[in-house]
Amino acid sequence: MAMSASAQLSKVVKRQYMELPQGDNVQAMYIWIDGTGEGLRCKTRTLDSEPKSIEDLPEWNFDGSSTYQSEGSNSDMYLIPSAMFRDPFRKDPNKLVLCEVLKYNRKPAETNHRRTCKKIMEMIDHQIPWFGMEQEYTILGTDGHPFGWPSNGFPGPQGPYYCGVGADKAYGRDVVEAHYRACLYAGVKICGTNAEVMPAQWEFQVGPCEGISMGDHLWVARFILHRVCEDFGVVASFDPKPIPGNWNGAGCHTNFSTKEMREDGGLKCIEACIDKLGKRHNYHIRAYDPKGGLDNARRLTGHHETSNIHEFSAGVANRGASIRIPRTVGQEKKGYFEDRRPSANCDPYAVTEALIRTCLLDEEGDEPVDY
Amino acid sequence: IIIMATSTSSKLCKAVKQQYMDLPQGDKVQAMYIWIDGTGEGLRCKTRTLDSEPKTIEDLPEWNFDGSSTYQSEGSNSDMYLIPQAMFRDPFRKDPNKLVLCEVLKYNHKPAETNLRQMCKKIMDMVLNQHPWFGMEQEYTVLGTDGHPFGWPSNGFPGPQGPYYCGVGADKAYGRDVVEAHYRACLYAGVKICGTNAEVMPAQWEFQIGPCEGIEMGDHLWMARFLLHRVCEDFGVVASFDPKPIPGNWNGAGCHTNFSTKEMREDGGLKYIEESIERLAKRHQYHIRAYDPKGGLDNARRLTGHHETSNINEFSAGVANRGASIRIPRSVGQEKKGYFEDRRPSANCDPYAVTEALVRTCLLNEEGEELVKYK
Repeated sequence: MAMSASAQLSKVVKRQYMELPQGDNVQAMYIWIDGTGEGLRCKTRTLDSEPKSIEDLPEWNFDGSSTYQSEGSNSDMYLIPSAMFRDPFRKDPNKLVLCEVLKYNRKPAETNHRRTCKKIMEMIDHQIPWFGMEQEYTILGTDGHPFGWPSNGFPGPQGPYYCGVGADKAYGRDVVEAHYRACLYAGVKICGTNAEVMPAQWEFQVGPCEGISMGDHLWVARFILHRVCEDFGVVASFDPKPIPGNWNGAGCHTNFSTKEMREDGGLKCIEACIDKLGKRHNYHIRAYDPKGGLDNARRLTGHHETSNIHEFSAGVANRGASIRIPRTVGQEKKGYFEDRRPSANCDPYAVTEALIRTCLLDEEGDEPVDY
Repeated sequence: IIIMATSTSSKLCKAVKQQYMDLPQGDKVQAMYIWIDGTGEGLRCKTRTLDSEPKTIEDLPEWNFDGSSTYQSEGSNSDMYLIPQAMFRDPFRKDPNKLVLCEVLKYNHKPAETNLRQMCKKIMDMVLNQHPWFGMEQEYTVLGTDGHPFGWPSNGFPGPQGPYYCGVGADKAYGRDVVEAHYRACLYAGVKICGTNAEVMPAQWEFQIGPCEGIEMGDHLWMARFLLHRVCEDFGVVASFDPKPIPGNWNGAGCHTNFSTKEMREDGGLKYIEESIERLAKRHQYHIRAYDPKGGLDNARRLTGHHETSNINEFSAGVANRGASIRIPRSVGQEKKGYFEDRRPSANCDPYAVTEALVRTCLLNEEGEELVKYK
């Protein structure tokens, strides 16, 4: 009963249809972020031939009044293709197309954070910024309860589940396995997975991605996760604190480096960045979840391997700090650092942009600079 | 509880079926003849064996059927004729087998009451040089065999509308397998499907057919509907084209019809679009009667002025306005050429009737309530 009715439709029947040849026709599924800044939407169009690059994909539009993005009386919004991937559900030659959303006047929609992020990335692309994001999430049944948990209760306390194996430790591994393969097929730069501390909680890592591609790859990885879960009849939640109390929250730890930091002596540069971040804590907290910090307030308590939302801290190998410098980096005196503050439901465009603004463009104060 | 929402047929073993469907058939070809029954909404089909693969519609013989079993004639004089009109590849039986859309004629060779194709074709033939293009956005609801929308809690309702339109995830998209299978079936068959999306009400979906010129619009939409019914049958669920399946604060289902002529598509075409809209404004009742199979009674449940519909009693038009009878897409308003969208037709409309009405009013300049008879 925790799985959807859709999941029980015959997959043998579906396979028979999916194996039908499609001639020269190509299905392109356009994907965008809706008015919540967290939700993803999608619709498909038929193309006459396989698009080879993003330029081959036409602009499109949609009804923004149905996605919390505009009023019914003036509801057309534009979809601008921005990144193309192979479709692991419909397979080659079909495509997934991540899009930016523009309003009727062709200005970016409120939740289109990609536009500004791209501008910022272009200003410093010679510094070759690399990102890796660790996406945590919780699998829920359609009843909203974590998948595999007793229906009106709780599993045993945290301890045995992190990277665990066995039916009493790992809940829903099929989803993780399917998602990993789907990402690899699609061309999303997934670099790892592990079971997390709370049962039914998992993590995947995407990266290293340079500049704007971090946001692109993470959003598509999230979309693929939602579709994989839909196929299994369960739900993926990026809520930063799905179960209150003595259960871990879900974050999106963001690893960052520039060419300078990766070269000999780079630790100096890392420490300089951390200094700058230390002076701009509130600006980053506002950028690190879609509700300006309100979501993270439930998660960043100072317990459960988080820092307290009100305090900035940094340290080598310290998982209770806002910024953690991996021990190897401390030893080799070069590498990268990990910002542990972003929430699981953060917008990666907003996160990566904030890091660039503070660390590389030397911005200060509470407001971003208008260039 | 969830298993009960799908039919017993869908639980027959598909592996067994596949073994039989893999049997070679020599030179024999199965042609499934499809027609619209006496309700004007229902589809019927039966199959015959042919000795060789038909290459064109002319290779398909006329046939007949018992109209007293399809609400179309009396038992004492029940033979009705099936006249092949459009042929497609069969995605269920696969090549070389065919699906054949037919017109129905009465015993005296006059068109059956619900054969609206014959008149539509006459009208389309009168305006061929204007190259009328259509695109129709078919909305529908997936129901369980219990008649309740698929995936809805069995004695209740899902959360309110908002997250479902174009949604993804098991809590947002109900029955995507049907949509995926239908899309591929249409592509295989040669039906001009140009897109799909999840709709505002959960378990409601939309596919778009077009651009089709003239009579082809009705042929392709009816065939797409037949394919949907068959795909749903295979999954054990039901496709409903009812325009307001759930009363209250739940969206209805329409068949928004996009229309243009060569003139409208060329530079300065907006002028012709606006002229057409003026003519449509003067003939609202005539169109309402043509836009569902019950002369407007079905649409009365749907066109309330809420849920992105216009009110059935008022005609309105506007750029990017989804609450109007006619919507001019924003890009068309900007480029001053293109097409317009008539949002009034019901999901269960007859596309032959809809496309004919648009051509009569906009291109043949008809006015008033009466049907003009041409030679």
